[in-house]
Amino acid sequence: MLLAAACLSVAASPAFAALGGDVATVQDDQAHINATRRVSQSNGYAVHELHSPSGSIVREFVSSSGKVFAIAWQAPSLPDLRQLLGPYFDEFQKAAAQSQRARRAPLFVEHSGLVVQVGGHMRSFTGRAYLPDQLPSGTRMEDIR
Amino acid sequence: MIADSLRSRVFASATLLFFAGAFAGCGGGSHSNAINTISTSGTNVQPITVNAGPANDYANGVFTSVIVCVPSSSNCQTIDGILVDTGSFGLRLLSSAGGGALTLSLPQQTVSGSPVGECAPFVSGFTWGPVQSADVKMAGEVASGVPVQIIDPTFAAVPSNCSSGGVPESDTLQTLGANGILGVGPFAQDCGGACAQTGSGNPGLYYQCSSTSCSVIAESLTQQVQNPVALFATDNNGVIIELPSVSSPAPSLSGSMVFGIGTESNNALGSATVYPLDANGEFSTSFKGQSYPAFVDSGSNGLFFLDATNTGLTVCANNNGFYCPGSQTNLSATTDSGSASANVTFTIANADTLFANPSAFVFNSLGGPNPGTFDWGLPFFFGRNVFNAIEGKGTTAGAGPFWAY
Repeated sequence: MLLAAACLSVAASPAFAALGGDVATVQDDQAHINATRRVSQSNGYAVHELHSPSGSIVREFVSSSGKVFAIAWQAPSLPDLRQLLGPYFDEFQKAAAQSQRARRAPLFVEHSGLVVQVGGHMRSFTGRAYLPDQLPSGTRMEDIR
Repeated sequence: MIADSLRSRVFASATLLFFAGAFAGCGGGSHSNAINTISTSGTNVQPITVNAGPANDYANGVFTSVIVCVPSSSNCQTIDGILVDTGSFGLRLLSSAGGGALTLSLPQQTVSGSPVGECAPFVSGFTWGPVQSADVKMAGEVASGVPVQIIDPTFAAVPSNCSSGGVPESDTLQTLGANGILGVGPFAQDCGGACAQTGSGNPGLYYQCSSTSCSVIAESLTQQVQNPVALFATDNNGVIIELPSVSSPAPSLSGSMVFGIGTESNNALGSATVYPLDANGEFSTSFKGQSYPAFVDSGSNGLFFLDATNTGLTVCANNNGFYCPGSQTNLSATTDSGSASANVTFTIANADTLFANPSAFVFNSLGGPNPGTFDWGLPFFFGRNVFNAIEGKGTTAGAGPFWAY
């Protein structure tokens, strides 16, 4: 499954974007969280795995056409979704606010063009975000994690 | 969403709260049902109740009361409607400014003369407000000088790296559904070593706030918001959550939170199986031959696990955070840690049907999706005494963190 792996150095100025952006935006995310990066190929797409000094792991899934179609994370706190979701952040934040009322449970936003799932507990948070209409055909959802 | 289905019950439920008392008084000593024994007396026994909570709309919330005092004084306040949460660590109290019960003024934690604030992350919404100090009393136990968070929407403006998690701010009685959260899970602090570091390794929970802005600080372990149980003078190595089984939706369910593990005559591990936890405070659960990360969380409303594809359970059309199978479905999974293992059977019912009952707030078969993970929420505790041992604290079965049941 892991066909190629390489450690790349930080080389980008901070900027927003990632989900829905091109592969260069992964570098922006990498710089934003001061992470190391490893890239592997899987099932027709690339997985850019970012490890930050705070212990968070962010995986960005990049299609063969160079677009980030999904992001998954495992982190000690909630990740900076404003950075990772880029142009989709406002849509997520607005929908997340409406889902709340005395409800302590995984948080789901499931729109036709955007899915965000946030779970876990204090000191260990997990989640993923993806663009349903941009998933490469044959993508197995259990691999987006 | 559940928000609307619960909102409709707010007024209908008001009178039902009076019935809660009828379930509470079961006499001294202990009583047992077919599965578990509930301690009802002792200086380490704190009553807990699953009910609609102070906002009258909570599904599967287990609440207790806490006495907080200005440290080393008799200036105290009893606060009811505090959510008991094994999925978090530390006491958080909703200020009166947010519609909460707390009116007592507590001393503020400062750094270089500026107040310290915290952005505490929860999946359902972050809590924001100052870190203050209190003596915390429950049953006959006292924890002195405990750093606690005051949830206060009138504190300094929320820093952008707090709101950038994207989840909503929980700073009112309506959004929190409780007068506070009592985090009694398996860690002693709400962040740990990461927040004590400077630089980019710090996840940014603690802030120093000037009159104009807040900036991230390194917060030592002892200054972080603490699990009060770990600071009790006695019975400080963990808690047992004891709730009876319930066979159908109910307005209320009473039980006990017992402090200490193997420290008194009423808190021995007995034949419970011990599940050591990993660095994230988790163990694993196998379902249909696949293993997944898992945790036990009294603060989760339901059993949240996997997805429609893995489970064959339909997700509700309206409440997409819950399962709505066509008929009640019995399932089983195996909880594992090292050589410890046990089968767990559970039932998932149609959440839309459950929520249609305006008098029910206790649901043993409420569940929902949680891709790739098992979150054993409150229904897991019904009919099962769950021991929760705190990291680094010795017990008769070795040091925490572990769960046992």
